[in-house]
Amino acid sequence: MSNKNPNKMGVVNLLPLPELAPPGNTVGAVGWMKNNLFSSPLNSILTLLGLALLYILIPPVLNWTMFDAVWSGGSEACKANPDAACWTFAGEWWEFFIYGFYDKTQRWRVDLVLWALYVWVAFIIPENESRATRPTSTILGFVIAGLSVLFISMAIKHNIPTMWLLIGAMVVIGTVLWAWGLKNGRSRVGIIVLVLFPIIAYFLLGGGTLGLSVVNTNDWGGFLLTLVIAITGIVASLPLGVLLALGRRSEMPVLRMVSTLFIEFWRGVPLITVLFMASFMLPLFMSKGVTIDQLLRALIGVALFSSAYMAEVIRGGLQAIPKGQYEGAQSLGLSFWKMMGLIVMPQALKIVIPGIVSTFIGLFKDTTLVLIIGLLDFLNSVQTATTNPEWSIKSVPYTGYVLVALVFWVHCYGMAWYSRHLENKLDTGHKR
Amino acid sequence: MNENTQDNSQLNVSDEVTIRIENMNKWYGNFHVLKDINLEVNRGERIVVCGPSGSGKSTLIRCLNRLEEHQAGHIYVDNIELTNNLKNIDAIRREVGMCFQHFNLFPHLTVLENCTLAPIWVKKMSKKDATEAAMHFLERVKIPEQANKFPGQLSGGQQQRVAIARSLCMSPKIMLFDEPTSALDPEMIKEVLDTMVELAHEGMTMICVTHEMGFAKTVANRVIFMDQGQIIEQNEPNEFFDNPQHERTQLFLSQIIDH
Repeated sequence: MSNKNPNKMGVVNLLPLPELAPPGNTVGAVGWMKNNLFSSPLNSILTLLGLALLYILIPPVLNWTMFDAVWSGGSEACKANPDAACWTFAGEWWEFFIYGFYDKTQRWRVDLVLWALYVWVAFIIPENESRATRPTSTILGFVIAGLSVLFISMAIKHNIPTMWLLIGAMVVIGTVLWAWGLKNGRSRVGIIVLVLFPIIAYFLLGGGTLGLSVVNTNDWGGFLLTLVIAITGIVASLPLGVLLALGRRSEMPVLRMVSTLFIEFWRGVPLITVLFMASFMLPLFMSKGVTIDQLLRALIGVALFSSAYMAEVIRGGLQAIPKGQYEGAQSLGLSFWKMMGLIVMPQALKIVIPGIVSTFIGLFKDTTLVLIIGLLDFLNSVQTATTNPEWSIKSVPYTGYVLVALVFWVHCYGMAWYSRHLENKLDTGHKR
Repeated sequence: MNENTQDNSQLNVSDEVTIRIENMNKWYGNFHVLKDINLEVNRGERIVVCGPSGSGKSTLIRCLNRLEEHQAGHIYVDNIELTNNLKNIDAIRREVGMCFQHFNLFPHLTVLENCTLAPIWVKKMSKKDATEAAMHFLERVKIPEQANKFPGQLSGGQQQRVAIARSLCMSPKIMLFDEPTSALDPEMIKEVLDTMVELAHEGMTMICVTHEMGFAKTVANRVIFMDQGQIIEQNEPNEFFDNPQHERTQLFLSQIIDH
């Protein structure tokens, strides 16, 4: 019933027009390839060149990392085959890479902490509707299950009474929180654990209470140390950043000036300088007899450094919140902190999730800089192992760096993936 | 709407003064926005404030719940003086509800959460009571079925009705409306005005900044005309529209009524 005369007056269409299928060749795999790979002669040439490049690059990479690689047999096997990855190196040294010089009899405490950490990570990922998250949660589920089995088998091997007590306590607390979380929302439990976890981890790792022997922080190392520094930085920088951002936007001149000075000072100094000063110069200024743990000094440096960046990211979010939101909250009688905590911050933080996670990822990778002050983090422990005379083989350092890159990539990509998921979840479709 | 005009007289206005403004002045920097404002509002009064843009009418009502600060004179709301005292400001904001031109709903919360947030956090109501009250008011503005949607999923008219319900959940004694229909499509203006008319019939004290002269004629018992930061003229709606005294008022009315 379509109208043939475009200038006809009166009712134009009597019946709604039917919905038609799109023209062929614009949808499906063929359509996609036509649009994206071969849309013009130049694009066709570039596509073919790209394929050729992949053909040249991929086989050697796969051969080096997998097919020709040495998977077992110790250093002798790697000496025999120096032109491929030496994964048996990682196999021989993995305990050192994870724990550093942490007391061998006490390593179950680290296991317990790491296990709790990854279970928590799995917990805050909801069994989501979206297609993208489901396979990832499944993979993560397998990883957790594997870690749990490994952990329990280790626990059986060591068999220490205190350990069983602690494991029991953790399992009980975990179960209670999990059940409570399913009822009251995962994010709330996630936040509670975020506060509880560092405290529990501190007592477990450091020892000195509950009959646990003291493990000096100088002996902490490997991936454990990397995680300790990164998580401390992450957990401390977010609240500090929020306060600094609010301070910098405050109407009180003194508060604003102090916040601005603080932020600009820490942003203007390289992290290596901060670590170096914290480690070697700070002791010069302190009165004799007062000593602060070297790791603690590095942690404070990293936390303050990253909170300055975090403050600026959050300030960006605050600036995107329209004045009307403040007025709406005020007109309802909300006090300043309730307005900020319930209305402004949730929206501002949501806007800057990509920026926050970028800062987290940057911080996570920057933890490798602590090797400058001699802390044995993951990268440093791998490097140290490659200098072992027995392993002075051409392929060993390469393998070590590939391993470090791989481990960092998995964790950083995990954060990136989680942030994307969070953005989708928090999107309420509001444009204004 | 003119056939409803007689309703005006049936609405009760008490003798009790609920808002008193004495010699109030306000400046934005060097710019004198409000000049020597004196006004008394009785409980149950419905006042419409009109005037050209920039005349200070929005600023005036925003001073009443301290979204703007006045620099001279006194404002008393419910016998509490508005000063820098945060306690007084909080007390007054609990008594005074406000609806904005752009609704200012909280986009990260559902409609229901928008309505229950302030009762729970400011009035310390239990979540259950707050939800019940919120549903009651959402029914009154005729959108209970939207309770679990987010504001971004609603039309402008629906959003403004949610905003009205959100204010009512705090059981205010006075409602301020700051151009509540100016950002709405013509088809949606009516649903918001209907809600406001209903509210007026229930005896709510209302001060509305609006250009809806039909609304003014239907429910207002006083119309105030402002220009250049001053109250130029105020009168009963019939008198105001049929027989404006000041030439500035006459000019304004001729311009808005002619089309």
